[in-house]
Amino acid sequence: MSLSHNNPQDFVLAVEGLTVSFDGFKAVNDLSFYVDEGEIRVIIGPNGAGKTTVLDLICGRTKATEGSIKFRNQELTKMKEHQIVHAGVGRKFQNPSIYEDLTVFENLELSFPRGHSVFGALTFRRNAEVIDKVTEIAEMIFLSDLLHQRADLLSHGQKQWLEIGMLLIQDPALLMLDEPVAGMSVAERKKTAELLNRITQDRSVLVIEHDMQFVEDIAHRVTVLHQGQLLSEGSLERVKSDPKVVEVYLGH
Amino acid sequence: MNVMKSNLFKRQDLINYGLLALLLLVVLPLTLDIFRLNLVGKYLSYAFAAIGLVLCWGYGGILSLGQGIFFGIGGYAMAMFLKLEASSPEATAIQSTPGIPDFMDWNQLTALPWFWEPFNSLGFTVLAILFVAPLFAFVVATAMFKRRVGGVYFAIITQAIAAILTILIIGQQGYTGGVNGITDLRTLMGWDIRSDSAKYVLYFFGVAMLFLCLLMAHLVLKSKLGRLLVAIRDREDRVRFSGYDVSNFKIFVFCFAAMLSAIGGAMFTLQVGFMSPTLVGIVPSIEMVIFCALGGRLSIIGAVYGALLVNAAKTTMSEAFPELWLFAMGALFIGVVLAFPNGLAGLYTLLVDKFKQRRAHSSAPANRTSAPAAEKEQVDSSSGVTAPSQS
Repeated sequence: MSLSHNNPQDFVLAVEGLTVSFDGFKAVNDLSFYVDEGEIRVIIGPNGAGKTTVLDLICGRTKATEGSIKFRNQELTKMKEHQIVHAGVGRKFQNPSIYEDLTVFENLELSFPRGHSVFGALTFRRNAEVIDKVTEIAEMIFLSDLLHQRADLLSHGQKQWLEIGMLLIQDPALLMLDEPVAGMSVAERKKTAELLNRITQDRSVLVIEHDMQFVEDIAHRVTVLHQGQLLSEGSLERVKSDPKVVEVYLGH
Repeated sequence: MNVMKSNLFKRQDLINYGLLALLLLVVLPLTLDIFRLNLVGKYLSYAFAAIGLVLCWGYGGILSLGQGIFFGIGGYAMAMFLKLEASSPEATAIQSTPGIPDFMDWNQLTALPWFWEPFNSLGFTVLAILFVAPLFAFVVATAMFKRRVGGVYFAIITQAIAAILTILIIGQQGYTGGVNGITDLRTLMGWDIRSDSAKYVLYFFGVAMLFLCLLMAHLVLKSKLGRLLVAIRDREDRVRFSGYDVSNFKIFVFCFAAMLSAIGGAMFTLQVGFMSPTLVGIVPSIEMVIFCALGGRLSIIGAVYGALLVNAAKTTMSEAFPELWLFAMGALFIGVVLAFPNGLAGLYTLLVDKFKQRRAHSSAPANRTSAPAAEKEQVDSSSGVTAPSQS
């Protein structure tokens, strides 16, 4: 570790002493970790380890009981969800959450970062810039031919891609993905890994994933959670050979 | 410009508005006597509230069981102005205090209450009709939605407010006319609104206002805000993570619905000639939801037909079997929700689709290429959502 790592300003995300307690049960307990600019970090851990809760805390869905989350030196724990989005944090949920009564185009258009106030939404014009951007993203997520399809008619994998596309159009500096390949066929999984490799070029990414093959493909570093606490951290090789990790997670 | 226009109003939309205009402006005035036409005007005043509910409930998913509140605010504002005009010192010379509304005199009031004073001015009254209801809606909606109270809780709160307001109006007889409401309204700026000719004028004015409100609602729904409302209805949580402050949009649409409802209330007072607490409370508020559900909660035009049909049925039925009407309406509501959740408008769209499909099939192969496009357009419009224009 270099000296500069002691300065939180160098991290895109600095989580320190994060604790959340639900009726006395500490789902996340005094957790600290740091994500570098441009890093792809994967969070692994057994069920109930608090992985999804950590993402919920970062994106503002759950309020922290204690601790701090700094994104590029902005304190996120005091901000509302939409403010966190505008600060540059995007989140993909575990189950594809898209707007099923709208078309693929409209789903992407709503995520386009303009016209987010009431007045802005009333006067929003679907101009060439919007159409170009939506078309470009649709191409990346393999949905070019389905732009005017209602989203509830998409397959599970296509819904996952659409949600990734909705994030991409927001152009977040920190992208958080909760099990992006869960429930996908082998072919879809491969395509998704390809897609993720492409979109993670110029941003930091925080991924929760169980599929170890997939983790190996994408992870720069791995954080292992267990019972809401940090169990181990480092390169996948290092984490894999950590006896504590083998015991609680990889051993089964 | 042409592209823009075809985006805002599709051909089917124009046909639907045209049919409604034909019915309201030509067919009904030519076939009904003025008594019946005036009744239609009264029914249409409920349609304003029903249109608001389409936006608020059908699209935004916010069920309000208190649109009567706003209907009442608009109606009472109009009635207060008309009542003051009818209570000139000459007209009320026999009262112990001439120059104040008769019910105040009966309740031993000796001066006009301060909040009645501004209603001497027509300009203030119009502003009050347009803005008091949305302002009140803003306070209620902000208190609720900013705290993320919604769904059933919101519906119950709106219903409670409707009940409270009714009780308040009835209790404060000297200030509000109590349970009788504000009655015996005669002239508007010296023009006798009880004459047949005035009733014709007011009917057509009401229809014009209705189309103005339809146009505003149409534009809101065709903007990105319309699509956002659908997104909020289906996945409110997710919309926050697309970067929107959801509560602001819910507040906006609730205020907009309140304004439409208040305009309807004012039109009611003008055409019917009185305003009373029976139009404010829980029962009329729920009836408005039924108009909207029956007409089709995703169709603003459907809401107009819903208000017309249910009220026509109500008048007919309650003339014949007064005690059966409420049961009939309850049964109607349950039946509609079970059989066609998108109401009459849903049924209509289905029929239009079938007709178009059949026509497309019979005129194959010349029209073959256009058939799938027309079909797709219908899928979009039945869901109430615009298809993006590819220009």
